[in-house]
Amino acid sequence: MSRAGGTGEPAGAQPPTPGALRRALGSLTLLGESPVAMVGAGIVAFWIVIAIFAPWLAPFDPNATLQPFAKPGAAYAAGAGTFWLGTDQLGRDILSRLIWGSRTVLFYAPAATAIAYAIGIGMGLAAGYFRGWADELLSFLANVILSFPVLVLYILVITTIGASGLNIIIAITFASAPGIMRIVRGLVLDLRNREYVAAARTRGEAAWYIMLVEILPNARGPLIVDACLRLGYVVITIGVLGFLGLGLPPPDPDWGGMINEARPVALAFPHMTVFPCIAISSLILGFNLLADGLREISLRD
Amino acid sequence: MTGPSDLAPLLEIDRLSVSYSSRGGAIPAVVDLSLRIATGESVGLVGESGCGKSTVAMAILRALGRNGAIVGGSVRFRGRNLADLDGAGLRALRGGEIAMVYQEPMAALNPSLTVATQLAEVPMIHARVGKAEARRRAAAMLGQVGIGEPDRVLAAYPHQLSGGQQQRVVIAMALLGDPSLLLLDEPTTALDVTVEAGIVKLIADIGRRFGTAQLYISHNLGLILETCARVCVMYAGQIVEEGPAEALFRRPRHPYTQGLIACIPLPTNDKNARPLAPIPGQLPPPRHRPRGCVFAPRCVHARPGLCDVGPIAMERADASARQVRCVRWRDIAAADVAAEAPPARPPVPIGDEVLRVSALQKYYPIGEAGIGALISGEGIRTVKANEALEFSARHRETVAIVGESGCGKSTFAKILLGLETATGGAVYFAGDEISRIPVGSRTPAQVGALQMVFQNPDETLNPSHSIGAQIARVVRRFDKERRGFGIRGRVLELLDTVKLPREFYRRRPRQLSGGQKQRVGIARAFAGNPKMVVADEPISALDVSVAAAVTELLMDIQREHGTTLLFISHDLGVVRYLADRVVVMYLGQIMERGTTAQIFAPPYHPYTEALLAAVPMADPAVSKREIVLEGPLPSALDPPAGCPFVTRCPRKIGRICEVEPPPQRKPVRGHVIACHIPLDELAAIEPVFSAAPDAAAE
Repeated sequence: MSRAGGTGEPAGAQPPTPGALRRALGSLTLLGESPVAMVGAGIVAFWIVIAIFAPWLAPFDPNATLQPFAKPGAAYAAGAGTFWLGTDQLGRDILSRLIWGSRTVLFYAPAATAIAYAIGIGMGLAAGYFRGWADELLSFLANVILSFPVLVLYILVITTIGASGLNIIIAITFASAPGIMRIVRGLVLDLRNREYVAAARTRGEAAWYIMLVEILPNARGPLIVDACLRLGYVVITIGVLGFLGLGLPPPDPDWGGMINEARPVALAFPHMTVFPCIAISSLILGFNLLADGLREISLRD
Repeated sequence: MTGPSDLAPLLEIDRLSVSYSSRGGAIPAVVDLSLRIATGESVGLVGESGCGKSTVAMAILRALGRNGAIVGGSVRFRGRNLADLDGAGLRALRGGEIAMVYQEPMAALNPSLTVATQLAEVPMIHARVGKAEARRRAAAMLGQVGIGEPDRVLAAYPHQLSGGQQQRVVIAMALLGDPSLLLLDEPTTALDVTVEAGIVKLIADIGRRFGTAQLYISHNLGLILETCARVCVMYAGQIVEEGPAEALFRRPRHPYTQGLIACIPLPTNDKNARPLAPIPGQLPPPRHRPRGCVFAPRCVHARPGLCDVGPIAMERADASARQVRCVRWRDIAAADVAAEAPPARPPVPIGDEVLRVSALQKYYPIGEAGIGALISGEGIRTVKANEALEFSARHRETVAIVGESGCGKSTFAKILLGLETATGGAVYFAGDEISRIPVGSRTPAQVGALQMVFQNPDETLNPSHSIGAQIARVVRRFDKERRGFGIRGRVLELLDTVKLPREFYRRRPRQLSGGQKQRVGIARAFAGNPKMVVADEPISALDVSVAAAVTELLMDIQREHGTTLLFISHDLGVVRYLADRVVVMYLGQIMERGTTAQIFAPPYHPYTEALLAAVPMADPAVSKREIVLEGPLPSALDPPAGCPFVTRCPRKIGRICEVEPPPQRKPVRGHVIACHIPLDELAAIEPVFSAAPDAAAE
């Protein structure tokens, strides 16, 4: 309550009515109170900028075979430009592939997470609010899915339905929605006993209204933190799927796939694997730091 | 009563100031506080939430946390400045020489250790005795604090004890270190009234038996009067008045103390004869405290140029060690305080019957969760939450349901509102039988006609939506003609009705104080122009002065709208004040019902009598008989076969009470007492309240 010092003024004073923009700016300044969150947000923002401006930032065509086995910093012999991070065994510029590859991961990771959340939240709300047989059934389903090792589950799903962008999303949703459902269910079990929920019930609101309007907005704090952490895991997953050859079909760049392709020559040419690894790690680190910072901020209030 | 000057001071707080650091800068919690406690003396520290009273206790123990610091003044204990103590000295002090009893006994005890382990720790650490000796001392101390079977309690885990027993264990733990000062921070707030009465009696005895000095922190003036010899009244971080308890209550000098006392509904008053006089305005936030007198903005006696210039010092007001922080106390004392009380109001005529409850019954099956138990039918027991409830409520009438936790009053409210359905009997509301219609199947008219005000101000509003949106939703549901701006206009009207500024339309619940949130909750309940409003302990979580304002508001709106109010409460003071008729419940059954006057005078049901005696009285002009109920509330799973109150009844007449349900005795029309004791004997019981012999305290 300490932050809202100005709002406890005597009732006569006219408070400025906060608009949507002001409130958005307000939450950004809140982020500034946790250095950890700022670092995390900075890393994530860096990769988002890279992904958006990839066509202008990438020095070469990511799929063009130019000059195999170039060391980092080597000049392009047959043309203008420098391979700042070297090239791979097919002669493709690693920097350009990393820049273009960020588009893949920054599209599929949030998309998969969002869809997993939509389904997990729906299941969790239903299980937590209705309880009874709906809860038993959904929790049973979740437990069955969660009892499989995640990696086996991914491989099973992708090898069954084939490797494509959409199928990656489906596999990730299938594997993470039950976990999200459990979190949401736990939050709902607590929130459904609040008096404002009882107030909504006593005025005869429909169940969907209570779940979506009265309960869900109040679960947003923990869910936002979890979403950031989960985005990190999904980045790992996409990397792993790429590494296992279950990611996007070649030749489009994919960070996990880049590590996999360079595997046979990794000892001789470490730059081919090290840079994609750094890219993956930094993005995951960014999401995790952001999650930590957000949690810190939410605990402080 | 020994004056503080006769004895050497045990604790000496001199001009103490405590601040908490926060993101927005330092928050002064306690300002310029001086307080002396003599050996064996009991001092009350009374004030509303946010006045800094708990901070004082924490400052004495030097346990202010990372963001709190003593920024001025000193705390001396037996002449030693506590600021000079190192870690080892502090450890010896805490729990040894100064012990503390907290508000929530369940949170003060470690749930994974037995009572014996937790209690024995204290003498083992502070007196360095062996384990066996420590355990022996623990058992002896449990006996001292009124626990009947010390050995059984010693072997138990905290969750196996009742709330009252837990608090007794915490008090025993505090006393085991043989402290010379005991700090009690709202030790009975979490307990039921009849349990509270027992703890209060115990605390009042401690000083006498052990010679322990006490600092009793509470928001409840009645409790302070019952336990303490001297009182300090705190407001906005400062002590505004200090003096002997009885004299201070009889003749408060500071306008805040006067206002506070005028806010308390006493079991000897009612809403029409002497309406409550809430203190206008609200507590200033710590960083926006006015210059000069902190109470000036809310004070009717404040004079510009006099009260708002410099800091105001405590001033000795009379011979009896009375001190007041007010520059105008002489002028105010001359004016007759009683003359300022609001005028009496004419009673409202009562209309036709709106609600009739007949033989209402609600059983919850509690089964073993296993499928085997379900099939065999074994292991299924029933909780009888409501049994044979029978009463009615009329138009414009206030009916109070009184009882302690677990008496089934909230279950009844849920059935009424359609959140639960009854298992037997009937509820007729405006002519329709509604006891088995869940809220989803009721007609919009039925739903809108019966609304509820909730208990907890922090939960009653959805933190994610603005105040305006939350009230507008109700208007939209129940007022089908209104659209667009019509809805907004109606919401603003409702904000006016509950006396909140219209700017609150855009505000979020977290920007509101507890009383303001409760007002929004009332606006929401009245948005659909209901015939009847159920208020479930609407003011029990509020501060004294805020509660008075909310009570008055509720009464005003009820008058204006002609609404029937079903007021659920455990506080007989409030009930006496606002109810026309009262229903007393115990373990799901009605023990007594009748008009307020009938309930508050003999013949009483023995349970009503005990409840009345348990009300803390903040009025030294009234004396009351002491009745302390023994034992805990029986489990609703296994209620006594005869009268539900038999296990704790001080007037039990014999075996008949244990085996036979009590007959309904009707002394006059409308008054029903469920008791085996013959009416003439009940009528001969001496009243609980009587005028106190007028002690010339001043």
